[in-house]
Amino acid sequence: MSEYRILKRPLLTPVTLFFGVLAVIGLILLAKRFIFGLGSVTNLNDGYPWGIWVVYDIMIGTAFACGGYALALTVYIFNRGQYHPLVRPALLASLFGYGLGGLSAVIDMGRYWNAWQIINPWQQNFNAVMLEVALCITAYVTILIIEFLPAVLERFKLETWRRRLDRVLFIFIAIGVVLPTMHQSSLGSLLILFGQKVHPLWQAVEFLPLLALVSAVTMGFAIVIFEASLVSLKLTREPETHLFAGLGRIARWLLVAFLAFRFIDLTRRDAWGYAFDGSFEAFMFWAETALFILPVILLFRESRPVHSPGMGRGPILFLSGVCVLLAGALYRINGVLVGFNPGPGFHYFPSVEELLVTLGVIAMEVVGYLLVIKLFPVLPKPHPEIDHGKSAATSQAPAAQA
Amino acid sequence: MKRRDFLKMAGSGAIIATSAGEVSARGNRPVSEEAVGMLFDATRCIGCRACVVRCKELNGMPPVTSEGAGMWDEAQELDARTLNIIKAYKGEDTQGQPEFSFIKRNCMHCVDPGCVSACPVSAMTKDPKTGIVDHHPDICMGCRNCVVACPYNIPKYEYNDAFGQIQKCRLCNQKGLERIDQGLLPGCAEVCPTGANIYGKRKDLLEEAKRRLSLKPGDEYHYPLNHLDSPFTAPAKVGEYQTHIFGEKEGGGTQVLLLAGVPFEKLGLPDLPERSYASMSETVQHTIYKGMFAPMTLLAGLLYVARRNTQDKTPDELD
Repeated sequence: MSEYRILKRPLLTPVTLFFGVLAVIGLILLAKRFIFGLGSVTNLNDGYPWGIWVVYDIMIGTAFACGGYALALTVYIFNRGQYHPLVRPALLASLFGYGLGGLSAVIDMGRYWNAWQIINPWQQNFNAVMLEVALCITAYVTILIIEFLPAVLERFKLETWRRRLDRVLFIFIAIGVVLPTMHQSSLGSLLILFGQKVHPLWQAVEFLPLLALVSAVTMGFAIVIFEASLVSLKLTREPETHLFAGLGRIARWLLVAFLAFRFIDLTRRDAWGYAFDGSFEAFMFWAETALFILPVILLFRESRPVHSPGMGRGPILFLSGVCVLLAGALYRINGVLVGFNPGPGFHYFPSVEELLVTLGVIAMEVVGYLLVIKLFPVLPKPHPEIDHGKSAATSQAPAAQA
Repeated sequence: MKRRDFLKMAGSGAIIATSAGEVSARGNRPVSEEAVGMLFDATRCIGCRACVVRCKELNGMPPVTSEGAGMWDEAQELDARTLNIIKAYKGEDTQGQPEFSFIKRNCMHCVDPGCVSACPVSAMTKDPKTGIVDHHPDICMGCRNCVVACPYNIPKYEYNDAFGQIQKCRLCNQKGLERIDQGLLPGCAEVCPTGANIYGKRKDLLEEAKRRLSLKPGDEYHYPLNHLDSPFTAPAKVGEYQTHIFGEKEGGGTQVLLLAGVPFEKLGLPDLPERSYASMSETVQHTIYKGMFAPMTLLAGLLYVARRNTQDKTPDELD
């Protein structure tokens, strides 16, 4: 028996329809971008050549897509088999996150028809951080597809192929851990070359790859908690708190590590003064830091045998997950946009159309995710320790449809 | 794998990476003997903008006009049609006295350029001999990492074109123009009437800049016109210089050097460390990826652990 099941729900629901409409709006605006140029949709300019499409769709989007990476580390490397039921949903979210991140990169390219040069060995520049990022993300999308294949083979009952794949799957699992380690750290290294344009609170130079990597892994754990909470709340009504409480315990130590590296870096570069100069950047730094510290407090309280009454474990974990995701997102926005100053005379704030494209990309992920979990065995089977009679009854209720 | 084993493995990986770093840490790139460039002396510039016009003419760039105005160029800033510009600065000095200066802005042709380091497909190149930073739109994929990585915001992308490209000053030596190769001068140096902007080898220009700084204000000096070895000079009284040659050391040095009578930050030039950002970035990158040793070690370890952790499971426990 597989640990996974197909969610028996109608494919078309008001939720999918809503996100479907958002996705279509995004696609229409993308058509405009390709016909009239990047300037017709975005507020990009000579001082701010990278906007929300790069920062959200690629930098934040792929960090949000680190769930598969975080779980592969936990389950296959640290051998914590109990989290195995969460692997497939996380892999699926990673696949969408990375796939659309790669697609966003092409959309943002001013000369996308030359994108193939990235694999042209006569042109590759191995000094360029961007080359490593581009190659690694492309390779990782392929690996994610292979890692997700068992769900497809299981669906079509191709048992022979399934067994063959299982024998070599460990190779892809191992590569699937190395690749995100490489490109998530490099996404941080990209900022070294921005030099003096990046505010001292975020220009960590040698520390950038480490900070980017640790925050991305933490965001990977947070997204698993976030998605599993949403799915169990809205779709299956079966709390999986017992599964992801342990992930919260891992995430809190990663958060502590991130904050430690962050503070060590600010101290070594003598940059603390900027955090107290009353500037907008200082305010954003504290907003970001507060979002990193809050889940640490929540997660350490949550794990105590008796925690404060009022809020259940599930909501605390969910809230912590949301905080971590916002913190990691803000850290990236701050480094690349808020704390990015190309000099006097330049301003950037994303245009409405630019934001709608980003929303459209997120909507595509949601629609895709909802469709695939209803077509392939992705979601974990109900946990045997939980009273099934009740949850099975609620999951049949039409009100629970999403 | 036990957590301790993993930490040991990760730790040794980190040690390998950092110790390899000491070997591979690279400093700024050296200046080529034959490197060419320009020296702009703001104290000599009269703001005639002949260089802006000549630049547009040679590079086939249309003028920037505002609505309802005549057919003259009104570019206020460098943009994808303006690769060279003269800007005016008006302000007060430290004593509250009014001060004024023109400044010429164009690609600085860095000795160790960030744009070249950033470009994943080598569409941005630095000539090994002349040191000219050139761009190849037929290779460029338009990621604009060069724009973000340029401390002077020089490369400009054409955002209002569905098939836009990156534009930048290529010292008039790009394919099809090749003025340097033909023994001609860059357009802006060719037309400068006062000797404010001259062309030459970087080492000679640096020597000339140092010579000017050693002159006494008020003395007469014969400023060479258009290029260093020019038979034509313009005699003039030496102005008050800031004792700083911009580009001698900034960000690893530039091949376009600047002299001025007012501090450079007031003229819109960034305050850069002597070590180039390209050398910092490449040192970090090559430390981590030296010979792909660290990633391969990590992969080998992970392969071993992942195989051990998956082999004793039934197919259903896997995926």
